Amino acid sequence: MRPIASVHDIPLGEGRTFAVDGDMIAIFRLRDGSVRATSAVCPHKGGPLADGQIDLKQVICPLHLNAWDLRTGCSLSGQPDVAVYPVSIDDDKIMLGD
Amino acid sequence: MRQRLVVIGNGMAGARTVEEILARGGDFEITMFGDEPYGNYNRIMLSNVLAGVEDESGIFLNDLSWYADNGITLHAGTRIERIDRFAKRVYAEDGTETPYDKLIIATGSRAFVPPIPGAHRPGRGYHQGVFAFRTLDDTRAMIRYAKEHERAVVIGGGLLGLEAARGLQNHLPHVTLVHAMGHLMNTQLNFAAGDTLRKTIEEKLGIEVVVDGMTTEILGKHAVTGVKLADGRVIPCDVIVVAAGIRANSEMAAASDLPVERGILVDDQMRVQDEDDIYAVGECAQHRGEVYGLVAPLWDQAKVLADHLTGVNPLAEYHGSQVATKLKVAGVDVAAMGLKEPEHPDDEVLTFAEPKKGIYKNVIIRDGRLVGATLVGDVKKVAFLMQAFDRGLALPEERAELMFDLGGPAGEVKVEDMADDEQVCNCNGVSKGTICSTVQSGCKTVSGVMDKTRAGKGCGTCKSVVQRIVEWAAGGEVEEDPAASYYVPGIPMPKPELMNAIRLHELKSVSSVFAKLGGDEDAKSKMGLASLLKMMWGGEYVDERDARFINDRVHANIQRDGTFSVVPQMKGGVTTPAQLKRIAEVAEKHEVPMVKLTGGQRIDLLGIPKEKLPEVWADLDMPSGYAYGKSFRTVKTCVGSDFCRFGVGDSTALGIALEERYQGIEGPGKMKLAVTGCPRNCAEAYVKDLGVVAIDGGKWEIYVGGAAGAHIRKGDLLTTVSSPEEVIVLTGRFLQYYRENANWLERTYAFVPRVGIDKVRAVVVDDSEGIAADLDAAMEASVGAYRDPWKDRDEPATPGQFRTSLPLIVLPQVPVRA
Repeated sequence: MRPIASVHDIPLGEGRTFAVDGDMIAIFRLRDGSVRATSAVCPHKGGPLADGQIDLKQVICPLHLNAWDLRTGCSLSGQPDVAVYPVSIDDDKIMLGD
Repeated sequence: MRQRLVVIGNGMAGARTVEEILARGGDFEITMFGDEPYGNYNRIMLSNVLAGVEDESGIFLNDLSWYADNGITLHAGTRIERIDRFAKRVYAEDGTETPYDKLIIATGSRAFVPPIPGAHRPGRGYHQGVFAFRTLDDTRAMIRYAKEHERAVVIGGGLLGLEAARGLQNHLPHVTLVHAMGHLMNTQLNFAAGDTLRKTIEEKLGIEVVVDGMTTEILGKHAVTGVKLADGRVIPCDVIVVAAGIRANSEMAAASDLPVERGILVDDQMRVQDEDDIYAVGECAQHRGEVYGLVAPLWDQAKVLADHLTGVNPLAEYHGSQVATKLKVAGVDVAAMGLKEPEHPDDEVLTFAEPKKGIYKNVIIRDGRLVGATLVGDVKKVAFLMQAFDRGLALPEERAELMFDLGGPAGEVKVEDMADDEQVCNCNGVSKGTICSTVQSGCKTVSGVMDKTRAGKGCGTCKSVVQRIVEWAAGGEVEEDPAASYYVPGIPMPKPELMNAIRLHELKSVSSVFAKLGGDEDAKSKMGLASLLKMMWGGEYVDERDARFINDRVHANIQRDGTFSVVPQMKGGVTTPAQLKRIAEVAEKHEVPMVKLTGGQRIDLLGIPKEKLPEVWADLDMPSGYAYGKSFRTVKTCVGSDFCRFGVGDSTALGIALEERYQGIEGPGKMKLAVTGCPRNCAEAYVKDLGVVAIDGGKWEIYVGGAAGAHIRKGDLLTTVSSPEEVIVLTGRFLQYYRENANWLERTYAFVPRVGIDKVRAVVVDDSEGIAADLDAAMEASVGAYRDPWKDRDEPATPGQFRTSLPLIVLPQVPVRA
């Protein structure tokens, strides 16, 4: 587990992309204050998931509006699933990993 | 204690009703009485047994073990003689009595044998060689007898008579069909169709047909030797089959003091009139004056009765059935539904006949709906016609398509004929098979299937096909999606109701709308709510950036590789050398991968990374062209009267004025406008959300609801005015009316036809509702609140607003041209 960013780097209800060991990870800050992390790249056509709109359950890719479950990474619109990563908040720090 | 359900009749109606009850988990102690000593068989298939294409074992629906497995007590071969309605008991002919809580009468019907002298022998039933055609025993006896004889006469030229005649040909060499009426199948067909059928039967099947042949006597002393007709003709034969129709078995009910006319009278719940616990279904029942002799109505009745009895839907109602008939005779295709001939002077009738090929077709249309169709000799279109008839579907403009496959995109209606791998949604690449399997996995709403597969979520033109496939795959069990009427899926309210609630509770942010009206927030609803709230509250709107789509967060249009396109404003498509130089310099400085002219007469800089957007805007120092939002986009113009030899109005000046005033106004969908200087329409004003056309005499026509994207539609003429000032006012008023009343993402090409151009004109031009001043004031407020979003570039609105979301790995890039 290691710190990736400050919670203040991500506005409420939005996502931002962070580079972690050569991978790109999208971290979302939900409106209930919790965080989620997925692969930054949409498995459909490579869209930037961090630019998508979210709610407490799903993220919608901005390119073709496919949806994924933020917690499980399961596609909600018939696409391949997306990778999800364990992520949590410690003080003001967003921590990635178990 | 379990309720006791007694069913009198073990035919198709009785057994089907019990099956439906069991399927709904109905908990009854069930007892069934059947006249025939068998389990339950498919009477319709007796024709096939007679024709030798099916053997007896193949027509049984439920064998005796089915009754045992389901805990049903079956008394096969036991006839019920009387019902005691007050003691709630039924009495069988063997003297036993059985109590009931609920009683279903499904005694069906029997063959009607007219009182022809010689048909019966006193004390011995039918004369030897005379058969009815109704039961399995009839069929067995007929086959046995026919095999040892030479010539048969079938009395009755209806469906059953035709099937009997064809079947008998398998067992003896010569068959004559004698029909009392002027043409065959006279209940279903008109004369021309019936006469075409007669020729086919004679020429193709070799069955001799006699019409207008009233049988007056059956001849023969010990066994039959022939029939005698009213005109004196004698047709020699040794087998006679009577297929002259059916009569409801309702005598027992009548004797038990139940109301009976041609059948037992029932209400819309199949309950016998004035009885609380007695029901009747199938051919013994008379509903709203109709006694049906076909199987399809029976299925409908059984479902309603089961819904009602099990309490699944106590208020289920049967409203009668549309009857469609198909003749099951190999080599002779006949299908008929509804009317056989027009009834009203304004009924539309199409008729096609090609007697040499034995083809006759007609269709009858009333008020745009199919009310009757006949197909003889060519039934290729039967599936579509049946569907149109059953469901009252809209019919093709080209009426001939009802009768023929005219080629071209036949996708219009025949979803059942489409291959599984045929692509339905060409935007998102979804096949018919994918849609069907989604339905089969339990998703039975059209919008649910569209969400799951993304079919119909691209340009939207395939939506109607997707809908028909879902309906077809769900077998008529499509569930209504209540969300279809909501403004956005996450808040269960249509737009007017939603706007009232927003005003009432003074909800000024998207999160407050969810909290007050919707429960959980919904990502798919945020953008529509943001647009609506901004329109309603203007400067008071509490802007939550996460409610915005990425385009609106960064004021640019996202591209397939995650970069953005930048389109500076170029009012009316008019530019200057200085502006062009500036754009060229910016493009060079930032090494813009592609510079492209847009369809809206502007210049597009494509491939700008998100983090460079503020810098590009600063270097351009031009206002946003709004080529990214659900908002007012551009006003396309032609050269107008300044230079053009033909121009009759200054379209460029008016276009610039319109864009100046309404720039950036957000709405439920994009708003693309045009002003053209003469009816030659160089600026394509006829196909814009709002298009203005200068006409001679200093006048301007205003068209609304046009489109030339995935959907192509010429706009409707809203009005003609005499000055550019009036055009500007009416444009604002129409756009405001659209903003307040259209559903989210409903473009004007859908909105205007939905509301109706007459209504739109009444409100916008004639102020019939007295709201013109309010519309103008609301638009004025929105205009006043305009601020160029590209000016907000010095400080990001949120942390990391312009931070890249692009992955480091190589992705498909938009191709760059040298």
